[in-house]
Amino acid sequence: MARWAIAIHGGAGVDPNLPEHRQEEAKRVLARCLQVGVDALRGGAAAVDVVEAVVRELESDPFFNSGRGSALTRLGTVEMEASIMDGRGRRCGAVSGVSTVKNPVSLARLVMDKSPHSYLAFDGAEEFAREQGVDVVDNSYFITEDNVGMLKLAKEANSILFDYRIPLGGSETCSAQAENPNGMVMNGLPISIYAPETVGCAVVDSNGFPAAATSTGGLMNKMPGRIGASPLIGSGTYACAACAVSCTGEGEAIIRSTLARDVAAVMEYRGAGLQEAVDYCVKERLDEGFAGLIAVSGAGEVAYGFNCTGMFRGCATEDGFMEVGIWE
Amino acid sequence: MGWAIALHGGAGDIPRSLPPHRRDPRLATLRRCLDLGTAALRAGHPALDVVELVVREMEDCPHFNAGVGSVLTTDGTVEMEACVMDGNTMRCGAVSGLSTVVNAVSLARLVMEKTPHIYLAFHGAEAFAREQGVETRDPSHFITEENKERLRQAREANRVQIDYTEPIKGQEAQAPPEDDNSRIGTVGCVAIDSAGNLATATSTGGLVNKMVGRIGDTPVIGAGTYANRLCAVSATGKGEAIIRHTVARDVAAVMEHAGLSLQDAAARVVAGVPPGNVGLVAVSAAGEVSMVYNTTGMFRACATEGGRSEVGIWPDDDDDGAR
Repeated sequence: MARWAIAIHGGAGVDPNLPEHRQEEAKRVLARCLQVGVDALRGGAAAVDVVEAVVRELESDPFFNSGRGSALTRLGTVEMEASIMDGRGRRCGAVSGVSTVKNPVSLARLVMDKSPHSYLAFDGAEEFAREQGVDVVDNSYFITEDNVGMLKLAKEANSILFDYRIPLGGSETCSAQAENPNGMVMNGLPISIYAPETVGCAVVDSNGFPAAATSTGGLMNKMPGRIGASPLIGSGTYACAACAVSCTGEGEAIIRSTLARDVAAVMEYRGAGLQEAVDYCVKERLDEGFAGLIAVSGAGEVAYGFNCTGMFRGCATEDGFMEVGIWE
Repeated sequence: MGWAIALHGGAGDIPRSLPPHRRDPRLATLRRCLDLGTAALRAGHPALDVVELVVREMEDCPHFNAGVGSVLTTDGTVEMEACVMDGNTMRCGAVSGLSTVVNAVSLARLVMEKTPHIYLAFHGAEAFAREQGVETRDPSHFITEENKERLRQAREANRVQIDYTEPIKGQEAQAPPEDDNSRIGTVGCVAIDSAGNLATATSTGGLVNKMVGRIGDTPVIGAGTYANRLCAVSATGKGEAIIRHTVARDVAAVMEHAGLSLQDAAARVVAGVPPGNVGLVAVSAAGEVSMVYNTTGMFRACATEGGRSEVGIWPDDDDDGAR
């Protein structure tokens, strides 16, 4: 028997001024979701089932931006996306542009298991959701008061906002955005560096099979129709025999570097260990973009890396190691 | 060194019995597009402009599965997708779910250059096309009689028909004996210009009888399309297999991490995908060209500044072959 391991994330790029009580709340949510995975792994569940179950938990909690609490498009609507990959046979499924499906990660799983394709989007994905009878809710279910306010701020600043999870009462967000301290731009448009936007999970089960899943609402004030890294196999999500990886952060940087696949490729083609591969990819691949990732190896190791201020994360291994953290 | 260009019009189990009226127009288009790209490279145009130019030309040709001539979804509609990537800057753009845009590849380039994003799809991509004022036509413009017939046959066979493939085992009886109508494919072009810039572009209508909303490998960076400072790759074949194997990215990864040449890296990646599933064209920063496939054939063409010039379908059409 191999040794199981699990890692989860709730987005990379955290506002350093995030209030203490919000930090505690984040850790509570992470610990709860991590425990869901640990219990399932102890019960002998398969990796692909565990990543789906854990990401469902993370999606259902409005603290993180996926499912309920998703970021809003320029039009004030929610367009969610998710992907899942089973390292066993490298099977995969993905969805984009989902607007009523309660748990996009489970729809991605159904695309993998029940369709001849690996990726469905927008109306076709919604239609498939209805065929499959998954839980659907009105689009308004996903839209929170905080996010409506944040979209307004983003529009006023004419910017794509990442740091919209700070409660509206605080003016820090406005000023941080206005100053745009790092002067960071994406294709010439200013963006904020704080990007806790996505949730993900990577698991290796006690049979040594890795799997990964990622889910997101994307960017606040994004253009309708925008697809980010999360649903893209090889970018936001990847699993093979060597490892499973879920990425978060500035989607465009993750896509350019096909970050998740590159961790596996560095292991596969260079013979690097998991942490070495993660460190290499975070350092060498992320050009000017900000992102982070979590990973597990087929051998039961866990690793993470990020090049921005903090990443909401947690991990546990069969040896009894368990950790939940935000900062470096 | 020097410039080099390679293009494809899809890979699959293309029967050697393909009748001349199916074969010749495609070969002629490949030749014409190769000449167009070659002339542009000789005139000093950047690789990114050249791959866009060549793929536009192929999109406009009804004999290939992109732009006019795109295959139909299960609802009888067209949903086109395309991707473009610049090797040195690694900037990229992609679109999916287009139903009215005449040249999907050019919209992908506009996503790259005029938005903060990389990838726009469906309604959002169509809205962006209108904002940018690109040429659009009624969706019926893209639908050919041949593709209506192709969909009818696929529906009868109750299967998703993948470009070029033979009927699925056990369903042979339901498929037309000479299923040559399906043997058209995704188009793509890779190039390196004489200044050393690499670029790639791929465009497709997807699969016959695909589910509405289905996204294939073409617009997925790293799967159907990828370029960096080492090489530029455009892949074609069964999208689901290409996504799973991140084919285009893996050619670059094997070169970078394992130190293989372009030809060896491409051969290794293609050999790692189950037979009958994939073909690709690639050029390297050193000006090498590779055209590899594990299918019966691939519509392909290439030329280099050194004087190599080829157009072919099956392995023995040239010296490059399916190594």
